[in-house]
Amino acid sequence: MKKKHSFFTRAFHWLNVPILTIMIWSGLLIYWANDKYEIKIFGYTLFHFFPKPFYVFLKIPFHLAEGMAWHFAFMWLFMLVGLLYVIYTFASGEWRELVPNKHSFKEAWQVVLHDLHLSKKEPPKRKFNAAQQIAYTAVILMGAGSVLTGFAIYKPVQFNFLTAICGGYEWARAEHFMLTIGYVLFFLIHIAQVIKSGWNNFQSMVTGYESSKKNTHE
Amino acid sequence: MNKNKIRSVISFSVYALFILGCYFGIKWVGNQPKVNGIPGPLRNVLSINERIFTAVFSPAKKSKEFGLDDAQKRVRKNGLVGMQGVINDSNYKLIVIKNNLDTLFITMDEIKKLPKTEVIFDFKCIEGWSQVTHWSGVKFSDFAAHFNLATKSGNTINIEPNEDWYKYAGLETPDGKYFVGIDMPSMMQQQTILCYEMNGKPLPNLDGAPLRLIIPVKYGVKHLKRIGKIFFADEPPKDYWAKYGYDYFAGL
Repeated sequence: MKKKHSFFTRAFHWLNVPILTIMIWSGLLIYWANDKYEIKIFGYTLFHFFPKPFYVFLKIPFHLAEGMAWHFAFMWLFMLVGLLYVIYTFASGEWRELVPNKHSFKEAWQVVLHDLHLSKKEPPKRKFNAAQQIAYTAVILMGAGSVLTGFAIYKPVQFNFLTAICGGYEWARAEHFMLTIGYVLFFLIHIAQVIKSGWNNFQSMVTGYESSKKNTHE
Repeated sequence: MNKNKIRSVISFSVYALFILGCYFGIKWVGNQPKVNGIPGPLRNVLSINERIFTAVFSPAKKSKEFGLDDAQKRVRKNGLVGMQGVINDSNYKLIVIKNNLDTLFITMDEIKKLPKTEVIFDFKCIEGWSQVTHWSGVKFSDFAAHFNLATKSGNTINIEPNEDWYKYAGLETPDGKYFVGIDMPSMMQQQTILCYEMNGKPLPNLDGAPLRLIIPVKYGVKHLKRIGKIFFADEPPKDYWAKYGYDYFAGL
């Protein structure tokens, strides 16, 4: 067995699960009250966020006030855990394993091809391959983006400079929404990769240790 | 058991406790007795948020102003509570309760004699939509100064916040069915107007004729249409949407 994830990494990782769940769920309750986003191609609506059965299944409609209350309570935890994670990652030096460099995009492409079974070239044997580095760094930047676009729509008078940087109130709201869709996509790929990597990898995010027989990537 | 196994058992036990803790913790919050439509702990956080934001923000800060060309000609209407029937300028009197002893009845003519202020801003609904709209009327701060309102002493109000200010203003529709409570610094902000024109024309009935509140630093729910009565208090006046779980402050 060898040490893989520190206690703090694991704590921050798992704390994000309930916090993100509440933020995304309460965000949906808020978004429902003005659910105007859709994917359109040549005037044809391909997908409307969100279809009615989806709302009904998750009991979303008519909970705007409740959504706002949860959202504006848990936003503090979201920011606190995000900030502490970034401070910890820099202070511990773990950022060196996580931040991509100029070669990362080429390597990440190789990893993607390998994962899609389009290439036989194995990903490099380090803790995080380039695709992971890019994903795990991007999701932190997205978190910062959610805070900034969030304040741009939450306090657009007081933070008018933020709202202006985002391209105005309407754009800030759309960006806040798109970032959330980004988390959900991240989450889906993350889960798929964890399942693919197997138990040994998964349990290392709980126990911190991994049996050293086989290198895996989540 | 070897060392690794013990470590795994401990880790997974803590992990299970964490999951159960989160699940029951969140459920506990959701099941707490409701205070004005939302679980008590969440209402407490909203109150703390309000205190934090009023402490760090400047209430005088202005909402971004737009040009005449940006203003929408078709203005969206959302709420009709308290808007039954029609009221004409001629038989309308705004009731202003100055204090326990003194009530004023003010006609539209008297209001229109005061300096006129225009504001073109991005009106924001709590539902998440917004619209640039054009309004004119009298600044609340001018109105309060002219009629010696909003001060405990009854003296002319000083534009700088001070102890003599009442902490809140309450506004109600003539039938009392819609009502809002607003902190005095937001009322005294220089874009807050008692509005009688939209797009340069008299207010349409369903937009709040003859007189409505326009307060760009708040969500639309606070822009009470058809003001029947204004009063002042140091305790937060009752607020229509705050009863149903919304944030009382609703400041932007």
